Amino acid sequence: MTRLLRSAFVIARRDFTATVLSKTFIFFLLAPLFPAAMGTLFGGIGARVAAQTERPAVAVVAPQAEFKQIEAAHDEMTEALGDGAIVKLVGYSPEPDLAGQEKRLLANRSPPIRAVLSGSLDHPRLVGSLADDPATVGQVKLLIERAQGRDADQGPEIDVSDVKNVSGPSQSDRVTTAWGAQAILFFLTLMLSTMVMSQLIEEKSNKIIEVIAAAVPIDAMFVGKLFAMLTASVLALIVWISAGALLLQVIKHGGSGSLPPPAVGWPWFLLLSVIYFAMNYLLFGAAFLVIGAQASTAREVQTMSLPVTFAQMLIFAFAATAINALNSPTALAAAVFPLSSPLTMMARGAEQPEIWPHLAAILWQALWVALILRFGAKLFRRTVLRSGPRLPWWKFGRA
Amino acid sequence: MLRQAQHELAEEHIAVQATDLVKDFGDTRAVDGVSLAVPSGSIYGLLGPNGAGKTTTLRMLIGIIDPSSGTRRVLGRNRPLEAAPEIGYLPEERGLYPAMHARDAIAFMGALRGLPIAEGRRRADVLLGEHNLGEWAKKPIRSLSKGMAQIVQLLGTIVHKPRLIVLDEPFAGLDAINQARLEDLIRRETRAGATVLFSTHVIAHAERLCEQVAIIAKGKVAFDGRVDEARARLRPIVRLRTRAADGPWREAIPANARREGHEYVFELPEGGPEPLLKALIDGGAGIETLAIERPGLHDAFVAIAGDSAAAAMEQEKAQ
Repeated sequence: MTRLLRSAFVIARRDFTATVLSKTFIFFLLAPLFPAAMGTLFGGIGARVAAQTERPAVAVVAPQAEFKQIEAAHDEMTEALGDGAIVKLVGYSPEPDLAGQEKRLLANRSPPIRAVLSGSLDHPRLVGSLADDPATVGQVKLLIERAQGRDADQGPEIDVSDVKNVSGPSQSDRVTTAWGAQAILFFLTLMLSTMVMSQLIEEKSNKIIEVIAAAVPIDAMFVGKLFAMLTASVLALIVWISAGALLLQVIKHGGSGSLPPPAVGWPWFLLLSVIYFAMNYLLFGAAFLVIGAQASTAREVQTMSLPVTFAQMLIFAFAATAINALNSPTALAAAVFPLSSPLTMMARGAEQPEIWPHLAAILWQALWVALILRFGAKLFRRTVLRSGPRLPWWKFGRA
Repeated sequence: MLRQAQHELAEEHIAVQATDLVKDFGDTRAVDGVSLAVPSGSIYGLLGPNGAGKTTTLRMLIGIIDPSSGTRRVLGRNRPLEAAPEIGYLPEERGLYPAMHARDAIAFMGALRGLPIAEGRRRADVLLGEHNLGEWAKKPIRSLSKGMAQIVQLLGTIVHKPRLIVLDEPFAGLDAINQARLEDLIRRETRAGATVLFSTHVIAHAERLCEQVAIIAKGKVAFDGRVDEARARLRPIVRLRTRAADGPWREAIPANARREGHEYVFELPEGGPEPLLKALIDGGAGIETLAIERPGLHDAFVAIAGDSAAAAMEQEKAQ
């Protein structure tokens, strides 16, 4: 084991130095500009989709009779404008501790509550995450006027309180965070995949691969190469995160502190991000290293890149099904399937506060990293380092 | 106890042992039952034309690939990679990282075998200086000539002071001066206690360097033993030139003797030179010149591996 680690370190040190000290590393650092733009675009679309599928509900804390009046007005408006256009209403009986009830309702996830309407029809009070949501305030005002049988703009003024910073982010904010995190993780791994696939091209074209294979176990070579790339990527990640935070500080009021916090909180989420990035990279990287090891030229690597990219996109789409439906059978399958597990668990970290599922997932993913590495090393040994005639593909692995 | 002691003694004397090694690539059998024993401290040559199975045999012996069947034992270990820190290997297809500096390339190869990188750099500087490449130590490999790069790789092969040095076609691509340097280096390493196992298709190198050779043809070992044993398989050749064109002396010459110009060329008869000489003199041959030549390794190779293998090797040598 010691020898394996020592050998892997020798390989990793060489690869890391060669990567980071090369001029092309500057281009590598600039590379996320395009995926970041695309991620923002997809993230925005996702957030819109999430906002549409999860219409904000307004909790109406009122006696039964008043709620029936408001509900009747809601039905009339729904009939006229369509169900999708009007805010959902959920009725609750008033409790003695109104402030506590409001707070609890705003933290509710099923259904997610955007705002709480209380008081009475004559003195309505609306509390919730409403600063960026004038449509909800307007609709509630219309509903109250309609419930009282008054004309527009003749109803009582609503006492609106924005409590976004008190009660934390809404579910849709967390969905946006989940989308963003998945998109960033996906694009980072996508960007690295071609690089990892071509990791062995240098050794193969230089013929130094035989010198290495004669001196160290193939497993060490695989581990060394993967971890060198991982270390270089983490270095780049630190640069990117720092640059991103700095950019936010400059362009957005409140800087990075204004970002909606994920369910597990920022410290855990950042830690999990690094771990899931590492796991996602190692899972895909190990697979790509094996695939790339079959290629002898850069052209072959490029040919392999396209199907690999599509496969990654499929897995991304699979993991994305978990967003806002973390306990659905598909989402659970995505969390268990090794290649989609890190992306899915990132979304879970954004949306749900429990930590223990992450620990289990990390162990599960680590097990698969080890398995893929072992299998890859074996396949590499069998197919790459051999003389004699090249076998046709249907006899692949028989050497 | 005695058996164990004998076993250990044998282990000490045999650096590499292969028994019935077979390697199949799909339906092609590249190596077919190779057995050989390389004595510790010796220079051992693996002779044969390209495609004979030399490289595959070497790769199996040092653990780059596993045999389909058969066993190998290297420096007392059944798993050759376990002995990797004590082995130096120069593959047939040379390779270094082009951007790496010469001293770093040597140190890197040493580090792969467990030598600390700082010590590797220190030794690299010494070795490069000894081989007149001191001024190239901090220059990238891509700026070196092919011959220089080969020397650098060779120095990387020995930087960690291995007990076993395995060289696959080490002379290929080197000019005459560097070939002579390499021969010196091999002898020096052997004097220092290392065992050298190398493959070649150039018989002259094997003849000059090796104490023992294995002749490989079509994946099989056609001969394994000392060079003089290989030669001893053939009778010495007699070259005779006489003044008399004919006479009773002709009866002393074997019937299968051939004429090469004015000379008769034939194998020395079983009785040796004395009866032959006596018969020639008594028969009035008038001996002008008589030479008895020991057959070279090339002749032995032709006799052992066959004309086609020898012709293939001659062709490769010419290329």
